[in-house]
Amino acid sequence: MIDSLADQHWLSLLTFAPLIGALFIVISRMMAKKNDDGVIAGPDLEQVESNARIIALAFTVGAFLISLGVFALYDRSLAGFQLVEEAAWIGGGISYKLGVDGISILFVLLTTFIMPICILASWDSIKSRVADYMIAFLVLETLMIGVFCSLDLFLFYVFFEGSLIPMFLIIGVWGSKGTKEFAGFTLPSRVYAALKFFLYTLIGSLLLLVAMAWMYKQAGTTDIVALQQFDFPAGAQKWLWLAFFASFAVKMPMWPVHTWLPDAHVQAPTAGSIVLAAILLKMGGYGFLRFSLPMFPLASADFAPFIYALSIIAIIYTSLVALAQEDMKKLIAYSSVAHMGFVTMGIFTATKQGIEGGLFQMLSHGFISGALFLCVGIVYNRMHTREIAAYGGLVHRMPLYAFLFLFFTLANVGLPGTSGFIGEILALVGAFKVNSWIAFFAAFGLILSAAYALRLYRQVMYGELVKQALMSIRDVDRRELLSLGALMAFTLYLGVNPGPALDVFSPSVDLLMENYDAALAAGALR
Amino acid sequence: MESFVVLLPLFGALFAMPVGRAIGPRAAELLTTGFLLAAAVIAWFLLFDVTSLMGDDGGGVRTIELFTWISSGGFKAVWAVRLDALSAVMLVVVNSVSFLVHWYSMGYMKEYGEQPRFFAYLSLFTFAMLTLVTADNFLQLFFGWEGVGLASYLLIGFWFKKKSANDAAIKAFIVNRVGDFGFALGIVAVFYVFGSVEFDTVFNAIAANTDITPFGQNAGAPIQALTINFLGNDWHALTVIGVLLFIGAMGKSAQFFLHTWLPDAMEGPTPVSALIHAATMVTAGVYLVSRCSVIYEYAPNAAAMVTLVGAVTAFFAATVALLQDDIKKVIAYSTCSQLGYMFFAAGVGAYDAAMFHLFTHAFFKALLFLGSGAVIIAMHHEQDIKKMGGVKDVLPFTHILMVIGTVAITGVGIPGLYLFGAPFGAAGFVSKDMILEGAFAAGEVGRAFGYFAFVLGLMAAVMTAFYSWRLIFLTFWGPSRAPEAVRKHPHAVPDAMMAPLIPLAIGALVVGMAFYGQFVGDNKQEFWGDALYFKTAAHVEGAASVDHAGADEAAHGVVEHAPADTHGGEAEVAEAGDHGEEGGHHVPGWVLWAPFLAMLTGLSLAANHYLRGDPLKPGILREGGMIYAFLKNKWYFDEIYDYLLVKPAFRLGRLLWLEGDGKTIDAVGPDGIAASVAAGARRIVKLQSGYLYHYAFAMLIGIAVFITYVLIRAGGGQ
Repeated sequence: MIDSLADQHWLSLLTFAPLIGALFIVISRMMAKKNDDGVIAGPDLEQVESNARIIALAFTVGAFLISLGVFALYDRSLAGFQLVEEAAWIGGGISYKLGVDGISILFVLLTTFIMPICILASWDSIKSRVADYMIAFLVLETLMIGVFCSLDLFLFYVFFEGSLIPMFLIIGVWGSKGTKEFAGFTLPSRVYAALKFFLYTLIGSLLLLVAMAWMYKQAGTTDIVALQQFDFPAGAQKWLWLAFFASFAVKMPMWPVHTWLPDAHVQAPTAGSIVLAAILLKMGGYGFLRFSLPMFPLASADFAPFIYALSIIAIIYTSLVALAQEDMKKLIAYSSVAHMGFVTMGIFTATKQGIEGGLFQMLSHGFISGALFLCVGIVYNRMHTREIAAYGGLVHRMPLYAFLFLFFTLANVGLPGTSGFIGEILALVGAFKVNSWIAFFAAFGLILSAAYALRLYRQVMYGELVKQALMSIRDVDRRELLSLGALMAFTLYLGVNPGPALDVFSPSVDLLMENYDAALAAGALR
Repeated sequence: MESFVVLLPLFGALFAMPVGRAIGPRAAELLTTGFLLAAAVIAWFLLFDVTSLMGDDGGGVRTIELFTWISSGGFKAVWAVRLDALSAVMLVVVNSVSFLVHWYSMGYMKEYGEQPRFFAYLSLFTFAMLTLVTADNFLQLFFGWEGVGLASYLLIGFWFKKKSANDAAIKAFIVNRVGDFGFALGIVAVFYVFGSVEFDTVFNAIAANTDITPFGQNAGAPIQALTINFLGNDWHALTVIGVLLFIGAMGKSAQFFLHTWLPDAMEGPTPVSALIHAATMVTAGVYLVSRCSVIYEYAPNAAAMVTLVGAVTAFFAATVALLQDDIKKVIAYSTCSQLGYMFFAAGVGAYDAAMFHLFTHAFFKALLFLGSGAVIIAMHHEQDIKKMGGVKDVLPFTHILMVIGTVAITGVGIPGLYLFGAPFGAAGFVSKDMILEGAFAAGEVGRAFGYFAFVLGLMAAVMTAFYSWRLIFLTFWGPSRAPEAVRKHPHAVPDAMMAPLIPLAIGALVVGMAFYGQFVGDNKQEFWGDALYFKTAAHVEGAASVDHAGADEAAHGVVEHAPADTHGGEAEVAEAGDHGEEGGHHVPGWVLWAPFLAMLTGLSLAANHYLRGDPLKPGILREGGMIYAFLKNKWYFDEIYDYLLVKPAFRLGRLLWLEGDGKTIDAVGPDGIAASVAAGARRIVKLQSGYLYHYAFAMLIGIAVFITYVLIRAGGGQ
């Protein structure tokens, strides 16, 4: 059955569906009438922009439907890769190869689920270069799905690094106003943010490239399945691990390479923040699970304490920093770093609960942080400020918004019954198994997250409504309600019944741990 | 049907707002209150079904599993409704008080509006509390635990326009989270040791003393002697678990060090204070310790900590209550103190007495709070008892009810008189005596802090009588000190705020006598079944036996406790088997009279000061004196925490942000690198987003180089 499905190219269809949408937008623009100056303007421009929105929505929704089809075909009782398709590409052991397993399939679904929400969130908040914007998002979606489906390291690299380019554009072109002094120049802040992101990422991606080349030289292939079975020498594993770590740690982001994230979030448009928090950050954790643990098990075990240390620092340090923030988006960005600390901690405990907790936390954080950035975007659209102090007493004018924002605030705090709890408690269980100190320090996150999240909520929502500017602010509209409602449904459903996700993870995580433990046992004998 | 006892309040919570919007606030009130009435009726029915109250063997103990919540490896928790004596008692307390409070709120909320939201929160709280008490695993318990915390947060901050209400709500949530820090680690530790978080698995393993090999360890040991590494040292496993879980209980039940949120929580509407911050939620910690009785029985150091903290809290909170002028704060500190009693009872192994006091306390404390709510409404929202006086002329009926509540809490009764096998006295008299006797008896057998708890408990009893009667005398008696307008035209108190107090008042008088035999007397074995675990023998040779129920009980012999059977031939068997005497402690006769005398002392001191001459005249403690200031400022806990924890946390956060992220990481990292790059490539700004193309270009070059390499290698290989 699997063989016959392999001929159907489901994953290729899914991966490139958004790209086809981008082509449609390009075509629609080419066909539009140009005025005498050779540019599209007036009603024609509006037509192009309206087309772009509709095409983008249609194709992201379409991709979501295809991904549901993929999920229906996926046999969740199996551990290995499914829906595998392979085609000759560059040759010499490098091929175009796609496939999904229990670790990746849900991230594919997360991506396709979040993208329509991003398009909806940009519906009328983006006013300039709408067609370009939609193209950027559709291209980004193809690249992100590609990251999670690639079964070839080189192909992965292309998708992984390529996804930065549309993200740069989204931040750099559609980011917010303001300037920043930097290296002797006065730059637009959004350019500074994108530049910071670039500098961090550049180093990681160069090292990843070098490591990949070295691995290819050793193994003679970039096939991920083959590389996972290849026995890299213990000494080399350390260097390879560090090279991959450099790239993934920036993406997560882990402390201390996290400082690009608050700036990027603050500058990015709402949908950019959503996609950044909900999906792009998850590539780091995914990378650790797909490459670091299975390919360099000995090095992973050796470096695990280092990861624990960085994770704990991330949880406590960034939670404290979040407490001091005056900008709503920065606060949520720092909270993301803290939550990702639970992910890295869980993954590297290499225990069943830890890994599943890390995976679940990434999934859950995709919904929750996406929703929180959407919540900030909603008031930002109305008031054009992210400053916490500019708000207060919104509950009087926006009761529905107050309810939704409260729900996601509590989910972010990890209240049992929401998905936020499951990942955290499982990661803690995994950590305690390894060393109670880790669990002890990580548990401080429980207290601190409540402090910063409730402080934010209280200052924005509660109190008397005194600021004149807020008197006429309107509650969420139907489009916003649809997005937040969908996110809330998943957050609640997975919080009460996480089984559907955990059951998908389970066989693949078991296989991963089996190989990992076998490799460690073999390594100990050597 | 059993699930409905939990689910009905959930339906109420879900439908209150929509119904309120669609039909009207009255419909929302009636709907939620009706659901609660139904749930309360079912709860009483279940109590009779599950326990031996009706004279049967209490064979109704059962667990209804709904569906799996979490399952990851062996880490498994199921949504369940566990019905045994312990949960049945809690079901009755929670549903009954919650129903009465719903009813009362129909009157109370009339002048405030926003009924649908209020009733939705009340029902949400009730649902969460019910999931807590019917859990059959630690994780569901934690769900309920956090759920009641959420409801408490929402209800304390119900008047969200008020800054003080918002402050109090956040404080309550965060202080509780400090407790949860311990609780969560406790749950994780339980799983680490037992490989399960299910009550039956864990408790049976301890009672049977099975060999346990914690995760990742090579050799195990019998669980009662097992040590695990925790934070770098080897500790007795059950002690670690017991202490961690108790930290959670300290937060929820406002025990010493983590009590600071409870007085502030009085910012919430008064019905909330009665339901959540007196009768039910704050007793969740006591419930937790009782539920885990088998853990504490085999972790004597953890039990000692419970006793110590409980006794200190009982004493400390009573001292603070002496000087409070806010009617609700007096009762709040009183609650804190009474919770202390329950904890030290549990700590000395008298879990039955702890649960008994929890049960009786729910009646008289809810009565006192709801009564004070009527006073506050009548006095035009005045809460300062120094500005009241003479309220008994305005609210004669409420006055009687409040006196009944005070009679119950201070423990009015006749020592040594037994009617139908039960001591004669109000609810608090019967249950508090059981606790103090239990503490004394524990001291007799050398249990840690037994005598200490007894002495502090007695001192607290003196103070309880003093501050409780002070409240009555200052509020209701004497000439009125209220402003003319208030005195002449007190606000009308609706009937709905009176009627629910009557069952509570009756309960405050009689539940002690009515349930004595079942909860702590002759039938307690049959009543509690396996839900509570008793090991400690209060019986000590040489201690004089009091001539009451204890003697009868000794006569009717030792009842084997089921879990103890599995001990094999070990020494504990004999000890565990002896626990039949627990109920009627063998203590000297004066111990029985001591609480009574304490009560009389407190009463006469209060009467002497507040009924003779000007009630506001200076007392023994000079205003402005050191002790006065110390007590008035609640031992300076808030100030110390603010100085040591709250302010430094914010300061540290700012420091890490500006100095750590800004001046260190960024300066060395991206900014530093960029500065040197920028020096060489000045065009970067002119190109605006030109760097993007640089990046794309660099990446393309990288890919090109790589492909070249691949091709060369592939070609060379052939």
